[in-house]
Amino acid sequence: MISAVQYRPSARDIAYPRDGAFVMRLLIIEDDRDAADYLAKAFREVGHVADLAADGEEGLAHALDGQYDVLIVDRMLPKLDGLAVIGTLRSKGIETPALILSALGQVDDRVKGLRAGGDDYLPKPYSFSELLARTEALARRRGSREETVYRVGDLELDRLSHQVTRAGDEIVLQPREFRLLEYLMKHAGQVVTRTMLLENVWDYHFDPQTNVIDVHISRLRSKIDKGFTQALLHTVRGAGYMIRDSK
Amino acid sequence: MTALGKLLRTTAFKLTLVYLTVFALFAVFLLGYFAWNTRRLITEQITQTVDAEITGLAEQYRQGGIRRLVFVVDARSRRPGSSLYLVTTRAGEGLAGNVGSLSTGILETSGWTETAYRRLDDPDGAEHHALIRVFQLPAGFRLLVGRDLEERERLHDIVIAAGRWSLAVVIVLGVAGGFFVTRRVLKRVDAMTETTRQIMDGDLTGRLPVAGTGDELDRLATNLNAMLERIEALMHGLKEVSDNIAHDLKTPLTRLRNRCEEALRLAEDESQYRAALESTIEESEALIRTFNALLMIARAESGQARDGMTEFDAAEIARGVGELYEPLADEKGIHLKVEAPAAAPVHGNRELVSQALANLVDNAIKYGATGGPPLNGAAAEILVTAAGEGDRILLAVADSGRGIPAADRGRAVERFVRLEQSRSLPGSGLGLSLASAVARLHGGELKLEDNHPGLKTVILLPRSGSAPPTA
Repeated sequence: MISAVQYRPSARDIAYPRDGAFVMRLLIIEDDRDAADYLAKAFREVGHVADLAADGEEGLAHALDGQYDVLIVDRMLPKLDGLAVIGTLRSKGIETPALILSALGQVDDRVKGLRAGGDDYLPKPYSFSELLARTEALARRRGSREETVYRVGDLELDRLSHQVTRAGDEIVLQPREFRLLEYLMKHAGQVVTRTMLLENVWDYHFDPQTNVIDVHISRLRSKIDKGFTQALLHTVRGAGYMIRDSK
Repeated sequence: MTALGKLLRTTAFKLTLVYLTVFALFAVFLLGYFAWNTRRLITEQITQTVDAEITGLAEQYRQGGIRRLVFVVDARSRRPGSSLYLVTTRAGEGLAGNVGSLSTGILETSGWTETAYRRLDDPDGAEHHALIRVFQLPAGFRLLVGRDLEERERLHDIVIAAGRWSLAVVIVLGVAGGFFVTRRVLKRVDAMTETTRQIMDGDLTGRLPVAGTGDELDRLATNLNAMLERIEALMHGLKEVSDNIAHDLKTPLTRLRNRCEEALRLAEDESQYRAALESTIEESEALIRTFNALLMIARAESGQARDGMTEFDAAEIARGVGELYEPLADEKGIHLKVEAPAAAPVHGNRELVSQALANLVDNAIKYGATGGPPLNGAAAEILVTAAGEGDRILLAVADSGRGIPAADRGRAVERFVRLEQSRSLPGSGLGLSLASAVARLHGGELKLEDNHPGLKTVILLPRSGSAPPTA
């Protein structure tokens, strides 16, 4: 059942096509030395820059410089709690996106984390590919503006008129399929994981046991890619999905 | 502590003592008030009688002078009764009357006096008390009229005796009643204490005795018994969980370890190592899912998830979950239909209810379609419904598969139980337990029914605003 998700032990093996120019500066605030080192190493392997802080105070001091694209904050930290770090930053007007890592994975813990100013919440244990996809989504969200029309190759999605066309021909989508495509196109060129889709398109935060998302994706794929030589919706092995113009 | 000491220390006995004191004080007050009032009344009567006699004698004196007064007093003195008379000269020499001796100096006073005296006809007898009035007549004569107080004193004695007796009776009855009540209560409390000790020693099957009188101790015992029932069920569940965890988690852990060892021993090139590692991660992922499901159930059962409760529409949940699973069902050739025509308001944890329903639909797709082609030859069908029924909301998933035999339905809801027929299919065996725990968290229940053919799983939830969850 789980075999649909394939894991690779090394971050370097998550060899999905990446924009070469995209480099994130990350601050990892995590008191577990092993976990922090592992994360830093993994992020560096895929070409990002990662700094480490071992406790809340140190992390806050680094983060106050504001030189980072994304903060990865463990929820429970010595000296200053992870949520307090984010709260302090927000109160000082520093809006660096923050992803909270936590051993507490229940829905209301997540809500608390987001309410404290976190931008995303990932319960432990997580897979690195999930963390990487979410971190990149956060980093890019910063620069992206909310466009009315998304374009990937010859595929167009109009968010106002809810019209989708490929090479000028209209494609009829169900409302949910439209939201799925909208989310994928908003993150065009980035990996989007199954849980990210479940959370953002369906607003469910539980494990649906079976990979229901895959079936939705294959339906969507048959509508937008069928009959075209150029596939736009790609499966990224071991990570998730990506919509991209591979030309 | 001796039995008596224990008895004296009880709340019931202390209360008895308090009431006893209050009642005794009340009795004393009542008798005192009664005695004081009768005494006042008697004294008043005496003074009125004496006043009337003095008026009468004064009239006699006015008509016939001292001679006539002496005659009348002499005549009245001879009558039996408690009236006292004395007429004296200026020198204090008695002329007529029935008073033998008086306390000295009394004759010089005027007005009302209480005094000791002896009767003339009984000069050596006991001293009596009397209320008297001395009246100065012209020419130095004095007239004394009074009345013996024996009657009043006798009444006084009676009242005192009554007071003593009633006090004694109050105390004796009070203490005896207190002992009786306390013993009765103590006996029942002792029985309860004994049972609780037994339970503390590890025997969870013990129950507190219920006398059947419906009093406060019975209500307490009934409640405690219900609590024990729940604790026993939880303990039983816990034991079963640990047994099942031992089985269901140890098995994949063993597999995981074996695979690693095998890779170390046999792998010759990188691709074999890689394959071993990939399957290791896959296995650990399954373990994490199982753990998450267990935590979720524990959370739902402990009632913690009640914090995140809001108002939501169960019909919307049914449509949402149905929409999520429809493509998956379709892929397996199952027709998934949602019927949720009317709003079904529920107060609860939207996320948990969604997950519970998702589990049921997931089960229906996994197991509901394994029974081969349905009898009537039509495509397999799963029907998801949300409907109100009285003050309850029903979220139901009905499939047309093989179903679960009635005898196995109770067991199917338990954690990790995967009926033999489904052993070969993937799954943690926690889906129904979670759905059941979620239903109970909301004060509802999970029911498994026969769908003729197939299985119908129903989550019963209280309709929003009808009844608060109490489970």
